[in-house]
Amino acid sequence: MSAASTKRLRQAIMPWLITVVLLILWEVLTRASGISPLILPPPSAIGQAMLRYHEVLSQNALQTLFTTIIGFGLALATGILIGLAIGASSEIYSGVYPLLVAFNAVPKVALVPLFVLWCGIGSIPAVLTAFMLSFFPIVVNVATGIATIEPEMEDVMRSLGARRDEILVKVGIPRAMPYLFASLKVSITLAFVGSVISETVASNDGIGFVLMGAAARFEVSLVFAGIVIVAVMAVVAYAICEFLEARMAHWAFRARTQ
Amino acid sequence: MAFQNSTLMPWRTTLANVMLPFEIVQPFKRERRQRRAEYTARAERLLDSVGLSGLGRKYPWELSGGMQQRANLCRALIHEPQLLMLDEPFAALDAFTREELWGVMQDLWMRQRFSAVLVTHDLREAVYLADTVYVMSKRPGRIIHERPVPLPRPRTLAGSFEPQFVDIVHELRDKISEARA
Repeated sequence: MSAASTKRLRQAIMPWLITVVLLILWEVLTRASGISPLILPPPSAIGQAMLRYHEVLSQNALQTLFTTIIGFGLALATGILIGLAIGASSEIYSGVYPLLVAFNAVPKVALVPLFVLWCGIGSIPAVLTAFMLSFFPIVVNVATGIATIEPEMEDVMRSLGARRDEILVKVGIPRAMPYLFASLKVSITLAFVGSVISETVASNDGIGFVLMGAAARFEVSLVFAGIVIVAVMAVVAYAICEFLEARMAHWAFRARTQ
Repeated sequence: MAFQNSTLMPWRTTLANVMLPFEIVQPFKRERRQRRAEYTARAERLLDSVGLSGLGRKYPWELSGGMQQRANLCRALIHEPQLLMLDEPFAALDAFTREELWGVMQDLWMRQRFSAVLVTHDLREAVYLADTVYVMSKRPGRIIHERPVPLPRPRTLAGSFEPQFVDIVHELRDKISEARA
């Protein structure tokens, strides 16, 4: 095995190794300090809770995943459209952008009661909250990617007689891809946050609901089990975004490959 | 149109960059689907002629600055425009690569005979490439001197040190000194 590939292997193992070491440390410290499992349960107890409640957890995890993906999908579609419009036209930019900033400044949790008022409790407020949280980064990034087209590149296109929509398709959109994928990694994580927040307040399904119920019954290891599951789902979704990014915008990472 | 820095698109391969005009300029755009193979062959031939054989599948950022500028020229010429605008296309290159590309430029011109307006601060470049050199004043830019270059083609680098060539360079140099004074 060459020195380079050993190094790569070592780098791939490192995060797992550190996770295991931290878990062991957590286990040992909670046991040695005699801290109550009602405050901080050891990882082994969390693992047991996962096994014991695996049906409830997986069912509700699917619900959370479902609302998150739908909210994220909506954010993706509208985010790209509005981002394109804002990036392509300075009139739309100056008209809409301040509103978007104001919209983003609103604490989204404060909107959940409104959503409940309008749509009742359940999946819809969760989808809407996920959408609200993940929408803004996508818009801003897509708009930035398009608005920062090099003027020389536009000149080249115009000298060939390209129309505005052709410039947008051939230069703007490809150029915005790395920006888009950078925002997806932020957004997908925020979408999970949105779903879970909404579920804790206004749902009878989903991990957020499980968390609230478990906390009320002092089943702290179940609370942790729920948190771990959301974290794992968010990390996997992040990894998928990163994989897509490497496939679709590989040219933006030239420094890394050279 | 070609600029000082090659404005190739980093998300396209060099070949796809060179073929960009086919996607925009008529009548190529209309016939692009039926005649794809023919257009690809044409782009590859052009890349060959500037010494980029086999590099079409590379991305621009995998090429050196000189190679990028060659590809840039190819893109500017592929659709055989009636007029080529070149804004200091070789200014960002080192002296040897620049002189090499004068040769490339001249070869392309000998084959295709397009009209070109080339802006440059390099007087040897101007005399090497141009049929007529126009000296412009500083702001507001006015043409203050017109100098035909009657030297025969193909011109060579060695020829650029011959007295007739050097005389023209000196004459232009003097005009510019006057303009700047």
